[in-house]
Amino acid sequence: MNKELTKHYSSGHSACAGCAFPSIVRTVLGEATTPVVIANATGCLEVTSTLYPYSNWKTPYIHNAFENVAATISGVEKAYEVLRRKGKIKKKIKFVAFGGDGGTYDIGLQSLSGALERGHNFLYVLYDNEGYMNTGNQRSSATPYGAFTETTPVGKISFGKTEVRKNLMEIVKAHQIPYLAQANVAFQSDLKKKAQKALSIEGPTFLSVFSPCTNNWKFPTSQYVNIAKLATETNFWPLYEIEKGKYKINWATDEPKPIEKFLKTQGRFKHLFKNKNKEVIVEMQAIVNREWERLANLSE
Amino acid sequence: MEKKNKNNIALTGGAAAAEALRQIEPDVMPIYPITPQTPIIETYAKFQANGLVDTEIIRVESEHSAISAAVGASAAGARTVTATSSQGLALMHEILYITSGLRLPILLVISARALSAPINIHGDHSDVMGARDSGWIQLFCENAQEAYDKTLIGMKLAERVKMPAMVIMDGFNTSHSVENLKTIDDQKVKKFIGELEPVNPLLDVDNPVTYGPVALQNSYFEFRIDEEKAMQEVFIEYEKIAQDFEKISHRKYDYFETYQTEGAEKIMVMAGTSAGTAKVVINKLRKQGEKVGILKINLFRPFPYQEIAEVLKDAQEIIVLDRAQSIGSKPPIYSEVISALFQAKKLKKVKSCVYGLGGRDLFQKQIEDILTGKNQEHYLT
Repeated sequence: MNKELTKHYSSGHSACAGCAFPSIVRTVLGEATTPVVIANATGCLEVTSTLYPYSNWKTPYIHNAFENVAATISGVEKAYEVLRRKGKIKKKIKFVAFGGDGGTYDIGLQSLSGALERGHNFLYVLYDNEGYMNTGNQRSSATPYGAFTETTPVGKISFGKTEVRKNLMEIVKAHQIPYLAQANVAFQSDLKKKAQKALSIEGPTFLSVFSPCTNNWKFPTSQYVNIAKLATETNFWPLYEIEKGKYKINWATDEPKPIEKFLKTQGRFKHLFKNKNKEVIVEMQAIVNREWERLANLSE
Repeated sequence: MEKKNKNNIALTGGAAAAEALRQIEPDVMPIYPITPQTPIIETYAKFQANGLVDTEIIRVESEHSAISAAVGASAAGARTVTATSSQGLALMHEILYITSGLRLPILLVISARALSAPINIHGDHSDVMGARDSGWIQLFCENAQEAYDKTLIGMKLAERVKMPAMVIMDGFNTSHSVENLKTIDDQKVKKFIGELEPVNPLLDVDNPVTYGPVALQNSYFEFRIDEEKAMQEVFIEYEKIAQDFEKISHRKYDYFETYQTEGAEKIMVMAGTSAGTAKVVINKLRKQGEKVGILKINLFRPFPYQEIAEVLKDAQEIIVLDRAQSIGSKPPIYSEVISALFQAKKLKKVKSCVYGLGGRDLFQKQIEDILTGKNQEHYLT
């Protein structure tokens, strides 16, 4: 494999074929201009990269637990600060935390909030696969309305998840951090730019990256890029950034594709195409439109 | 007139531990407030605010994050300390196992307190006893002097054996009571504690390491066995460190303290503040000709079974006082004493008493009545 690409995260991991996060990890870390130290929440990325006695990480890495990656990196970063002050560390180092949506939106939200409020110098990268994929597809607060998961099963009286997904970007923004952005694995140059910017800014920065899951969203392994692309082309996953409080949409079209185009590519939405669930798709389109309009109004 | 010695001071147990921490001067100290631990972290924050220490204090949003940040800092290669009580320790519980599993020498100063429900802010040992199987060294303190001394010993011991350590004082009884104590000169303490030499620190970017991997059926078991081996090494290192400490302080801390146990027919076993009260009772009863003594536990984890059995073997009766329950089982220290005697093939009459839950006072009269057999109750209410 390309040596530059695998500088931090090697080949030979055990993530599924057609998984998005190896590409996200490599693209983000590829933008680092100094050595990096990684902290990782429990989840797919962690279990598929650290099976003892092997490790994919060619860069210092710590996994602590599920809900505390932001607190963990806080400790690492402060240790760095004091040891540098005391002359025990000479090099400049950047700190990057990786977490899935379970470890970020749900169980790790408090830890993330604390670390953002304290202003640690680190980049938090969320790879969002919209549910607990590592444990076999259970719903999280990132799971979209209408999606099938094993804990929001489709049944005679159920169409899947009944709640709208949490707007984490707004929660993170409320901490008044200097830079946060929403990106997508299928838009690599946009992701690169955002990673570069996030890594160059002092203080906490945040990237929310769309990360399709072949196994539990139920699509062929060859399709993750196409599906991720559709998420943005339908406005389901807008690309935007918030720098010093200012919103900027990074990708737009005059003719967004209807949400069905995205939904029909995945088994988790299959039930929505039954007659009785027509209204659910209508509602999903309305949710997408509302969020896009809100962002467009906020954007310069 | 006697010259005033600056090393003779009056402090609460909490402030005494903070004074020891000032001399240790950890690199990183994540803190989160909980009664009755607050005097420790507040006193330390003042040291930092006045430029007396160069420490990164991380004012986190929960105890879970306090210990999580401590894990990050310690793995990074920083000397790391935190402090807590009660619910805070319970909230840390998940990460306690991770700390010891990663072999990180974090020092945790604990002002031991009751657990909810019902909520109660006062002293007992329920919190720390709940963490007794988590792979942490546990050192109990009787008073402010011991809180000071064992904070120093605990830090050195943790770093020597690469295992985390808890230094435990009774909430309020010790943490908030002002007592006279003797401190040691800063220079002597610094020499005793020494420089931390981190093993495989995360910040050594030229030699990258992976902390916290997945270990499955083929390797997990061995990690756990290694942890037990490391804990057994604590005995030897504790002895050496206690000897070094004695040289600079003239205070001696064995695995446990024996008080009037020689020739004693009845020995009371206990840990923490109430041992001080019990010693007064022993003095009185000894004067009356009663052959009674005390075994006060310093090192509870690892537990010195053989050595304790050796002291207890000639007594006719042993009375174990626990300041915690193990609901559905027998109280923690009692169970260990029974086990120690059984392993030594010395079956004895051992009585169990539970006292002081939720800060309930234990009076001299109660201890006297147990030792003289007037009180046969299990609960000393």
